[in-house]
Amino acid sequence: MIDTSQSKVVSTTCPFCGVGCNLELHIQDDFIFKVTSPFDSIVNHGNLCVKGRFGTDFVYNNKRITTPLIRKTPQKPGARTQAFDLNEWRTANWDEALDLVADRLVNIYQLEGGDALAVYCCAKATNEDNYLLQKLYRTLFRTNNVDHCTRLCHAGSVVGLQKAIGSAAMSNTAAEVMDTDVFIITGSNTAETHPIIALQMKAAVEKRGAKIIVVDPRRVEMVNYATLWLPEKPGTDVAVFSGIAHVIIKEGLYDQQFIEARTEFFEEFKQSMEKFTPEYVESVSGVDRKLIIDAARLFGNAEKGAIYWALGISQSTHGTDNALSLINLALLTGNLGRYGTGLNPLRGQNNVQGASDSGAMPWHYPGYQEVDDENVAKKFEEAWNIEPGGLNRNLGLTTTEILSHVHPGGVRSLYIMGENPMMSEPNLNQAHKHMQQLEFIVAQDLFINESGAYADVFLPAVSFAEKEGTFTNTDRRVQIVRQAIPPRGNSRADWQIICDLAKRIEQRLARQTTAFWDYTHPSEVLEEMGSLVPSYKGVKYERIQKVGLQTPVPDENHPGTPFLYKESFPLGRAKFFGLNYYPIDEQPDSEFPLILNTGRVLEHWHGGTLTRNSWLDDLYPEAIVEINPLDAGWQEIRSSDAIKVTSRRGEVVLRAIVTEKTIPGVIFISFHFAEAAANLLTNDAMDPEAKIPEFKACAVKIEKVSLEELPSPDRYQPRGRY
Amino acid sequence: MNELVHLTIDQQPVSTSAGNTILKAAQGIGIHIPTICFHDACTANALCRICVVEVHGARTLVPACVAKVSEGMVVDTQTERVRLARKTILEMMASTSDLSQSPEILSMIADYGAETDRFPDAVSRHPAVIDDNSMFIRDYAKCILCWRCVQVCATDAQYAFAINFKERGYKTQIATFFDKPLLETSCVFCGQCIGVCPTNALKPKKEWLLEQGMEPESIMSLTRQERRKRAR
Repeated sequence: MIDTSQSKVVSTTCPFCGVGCNLELHIQDDFIFKVTSPFDSIVNHGNLCVKGRFGTDFVYNNKRITTPLIRKTPQKPGARTQAFDLNEWRTANWDEALDLVADRLVNIYQLEGGDALAVYCCAKATNEDNYLLQKLYRTLFRTNNVDHCTRLCHAGSVVGLQKAIGSAAMSNTAAEVMDTDVFIITGSNTAETHPIIALQMKAAVEKRGAKIIVVDPRRVEMVNYATLWLPEKPGTDVAVFSGIAHVIIKEGLYDQQFIEARTEFFEEFKQSMEKFTPEYVESVSGVDRKLIIDAARLFGNAEKGAIYWALGISQSTHGTDNALSLINLALLTGNLGRYGTGLNPLRGQNNVQGASDSGAMPWHYPGYQEVDDENVAKKFEEAWNIEPGGLNRNLGLTTTEILSHVHPGGVRSLYIMGENPMMSEPNLNQAHKHMQQLEFIVAQDLFINESGAYADVFLPAVSFAEKEGTFTNTDRRVQIVRQAIPPRGNSRADWQIICDLAKRIEQRLARQTTAFWDYTHPSEVLEEMGSLVPSYKGVKYERIQKVGLQTPVPDENHPGTPFLYKESFPLGRAKFFGLNYYPIDEQPDSEFPLILNTGRVLEHWHGGTLTRNSWLDDLYPEAIVEINPLDAGWQEIRSSDAIKVTSRRGEVVLRAIVTEKTIPGVIFISFHFAEAAANLLTNDAMDPEAKIPEFKACAVKIEKVSLEELPSPDRYQPRGRY
Repeated sequence: MNELVHLTIDQQPVSTSAGNTILKAAQGIGIHIPTICFHDACTANALCRICVVEVHGARTLVPACVAKVSEGMVVDTQTERVRLARKTILEMMASTSDLSQSPEILSMIADYGAETDRFPDAVSRHPAVIDDNSMFIRDYAKCILCWRCVQVCATDAQYAFAINFKERGYKTQIATFFDKPLLETSCVFCGQCIGVCPTNALKPKKEWLLEQGMEPESIMSLTRQERRKRAR
C-alpha cells in the first residue's frame, strides 16, 4: 500500500472539458498515481469521467519535450516540412531559443508590419497565459491577429447570442439541471463530451421526472433518457426549431408577458415563422411532423425549459442562424433569466470561456471590448502604457482566416500556444499548404504535434499540474489551478515564457515605455485583467481557493452570478430574429452520396495531443467510422472492416462500426486521430458572420478496402459501449 | 416538510428534521457511529450492519444509516450488545477478506478489540487480481461486498450499469455480466468505483504497479503491448 505519509494530495481543476471538475491529485515522488474528486464539490459532486480520473498521465509521457528545440535545417516558405523525429532538431537553452524567436519576429515586424504576425492563443491554457499572449501581440506588434479555437467551436453561438442578447456565455449554471423540467439537447453528445453534466441530466430524468427532447442526427446516448428524439438530417436545425416555434405560436403556448416586457421584433419574427409548417419542416429535415408538434407542446408547456447545445449547432455555414433559432425558442417561451432555464451553449475546452474573456479574440480586447471602438482603444492604451493612437483599431483575422491569408504581403509568421490547427482546421490538405508557406513558426506545447512539427523553434511549456493559474469553466466559474509537481526537465510555465519573450522583444524594438512584464505570480496578472474587465473585477485568488466564483463578479464583495439576465439583457430588450432555412454547403450527390458528420468520443480529447499520449489511448486506440446498417448493407460492410472514406478534398482509411447510432445517409468519424484525420475530408466553407467552418456536414463516399490498408491493423479493440 | 422531531441519543436530547436518519441526527450533536458500507454519495442499504444501535423498545438492533428518527425515540450507540455485534461483524469480515489496506476498518478492529482469528475454521477468499485493462485493477480478495461500487456505477452516479453481484452466499462477488473483461462491458472507466471503495480492492493501475515495486519511470516506459500483456 502507498505510504500516505510519503504522498501528498493537491486539489486543482481538471484540464480536459468545460465542466471544470475539481480534482485531487495523489502524488508520490512527483508521480501522480491516483486522481480522486471531493464529494462536496459544487461542480461535479465527486464524479469524474475517464479523462479526469485516468488521463493526466500525459504529463509523464516519454515523448514529452522538456527542453527548447531549434530546427537543424533552416525552413524556407514553400519548402517547410514536418519534423516529428528528434534528430531533425537540436536542443538549445532558453536564452538562445527566446533570442532567436525575438530576433525573427521583430525582423518580420520591421520589414512587413504587425499584421504579418499572427498568434493562436489556447483554450487549454490559463486565463493569465492567454491574457499575456494577446497583450504581447497587441502592445508590441500592434496587431489584432489573435484568435484561438473558439472560432472553430462556438463562434456561431457567440455571434448569435451577441446579436440577440448581447452576451455569449452560458446563461445558467449546470447545477440547475437538477431542477429543470424539460430540456432540449441538440448538437451535443453530452454523455461523451460533457459527461458530468450528462450525469445530472440523467438524474433529473430518473429521479425528478424531467423530460428530454434530443434533436440530433445521431442516436447519442442521451436518447436513452429522452422522451422525444427528433432525428434530423444534418444542417436542418433552423427548420426544425422554427417548426417548433411555429407550432408554439399557432397553439398559443408562448409567454406573452415575457415577450411584451423583455423582447422586441416579435411581430416580424412571428411572420417569418409562418412558412415553417410541420409539413414543410418534415419535408426538409426528415423529422416526422408529429414529433415536431409533440416537441412544441412539451417545451411550450414546460414550467422550466432549458436549451443545451454544442457544436452540432454552431459548426455550420449557417451556425449563427442555428443559434438564433434556439434563442427565438427560449425568448418565445420565456425560458430565460430564471433559475433552471436558459440558453446554455456547452463550452468544449476547460478554458475556452476564459480564453475568450481574456481577449484571445481578433475583434475584442479582454472582456469583449471592441478593438474598433475608439474609447476602448484609449482605455487599453492608457492601461498598457502605449502612446495615444498606438493600438491597432482594425479587426484582426480569425483562426481559419489567419491560415488562408498566408501569402507574401499577408501573414508571414505564426505563434502557436498549445493548439493543433493541423488537426482541428477543416480541409486539412489545404491548411497544410498554407502552413508550409509561412516564414517563421513558433510552437509552445508539451509534445511535437502535427502543427508543432512545422515549427522553427519549439518552446517546451508545462502541463496544468506544473503551473498556477485559473480556468473559467462552461458556466463562467473561475477556478484555481495549482502547481502539484515541479516543471519536468527544462520546461517553463507559459506565462513565464511569454513575459521573458516580451521583454526581449521590447528591448529590440527600443520602445520608450514598457507595457509591464515583471510579474512574480499569475495572481498579479489576474489582478491587472480584473482592473480592465468589469466582470472579473471581484475575482481574486484569495477568494477562489476553495470554491470558484461565477462571473460577472463586479466587485470584491459580490458573490458571483449563477444565472444571468434576471432583470434585464445586456442589450436591454432581447431581439427576435426572423429566419430562413438554407441547406448545407455541400449536398450529397450521386458521386458522394453520404453526409459525413464529425465529433468527439469519451476517451479522447480534440487533436489528441494529450489523450493520444496517455494510456487512455489503450481504451480507444484507432479511428472508427460509424455507418448505418442500411448504408453498410449494400456494400457488405461489417463491423471491424477497413473502410476508405473519400470527399472532394481528401481520403482516410479507418475501421468501420455498423450501428444505428447514426441515421441512414450519414456517417460519423471522430476527429482525434492524426493517422485518419477526419478534417482531411471536411469542408472549409464558412458561416458568413461567425467565420466558423462547416465541420459537421460534407459529402463523402465509402468503399471497403483490405485490412492491411489500415494505419494500425493490429489495434482493434472491441468495446462493449460502442 | 421541516417538522422537528425530538429524541434522545446517548442521554443527550436532540431535535432534528423529520425524515433524518439516526446516523445524521447523531452526527449533528457530535456522536460518532461507525460506518463501513455507508457513504454520503451513495444510497444507504444497511448491508454491513456496523452502524447498528440499540433503540429502546425495538426487538433487534437497528442500523442507524437507514433507520429514521421518530418522536420520543431513545437511542444508545455504545451498549455492550451494540459493541459485541460490531466486534463480531469485524471478526467475520476479517475471517474472509484481506483488510490489510483498509485503514478505517483496521482502526475499528482496534477500537472494538476484535479478535481477527476468532473463526479459525473460516476459509478466506483469494480470487486472483483481475488486470484486464490499463486503467485499474480489481483485487476482490480485499472486497467486503459493501455494494458502493455497484451503486455509483448505477443510479447513484454514473448510470453505466457495468457491474453487479454474481453468485450467492459465500461465493458472492462483484463482477461484470458474464465475467466479461471491462472493455467489453458498458463500463465508461469513470473510476467512480475506485473513489468509493473502502478497502482498496479497486485501484488505479499505476498505483498498483508502484506497489509492485516499479519505479514511475519504468511504469511510464511500458509499451502498449506490455500494458496489454497483463490482461488475463
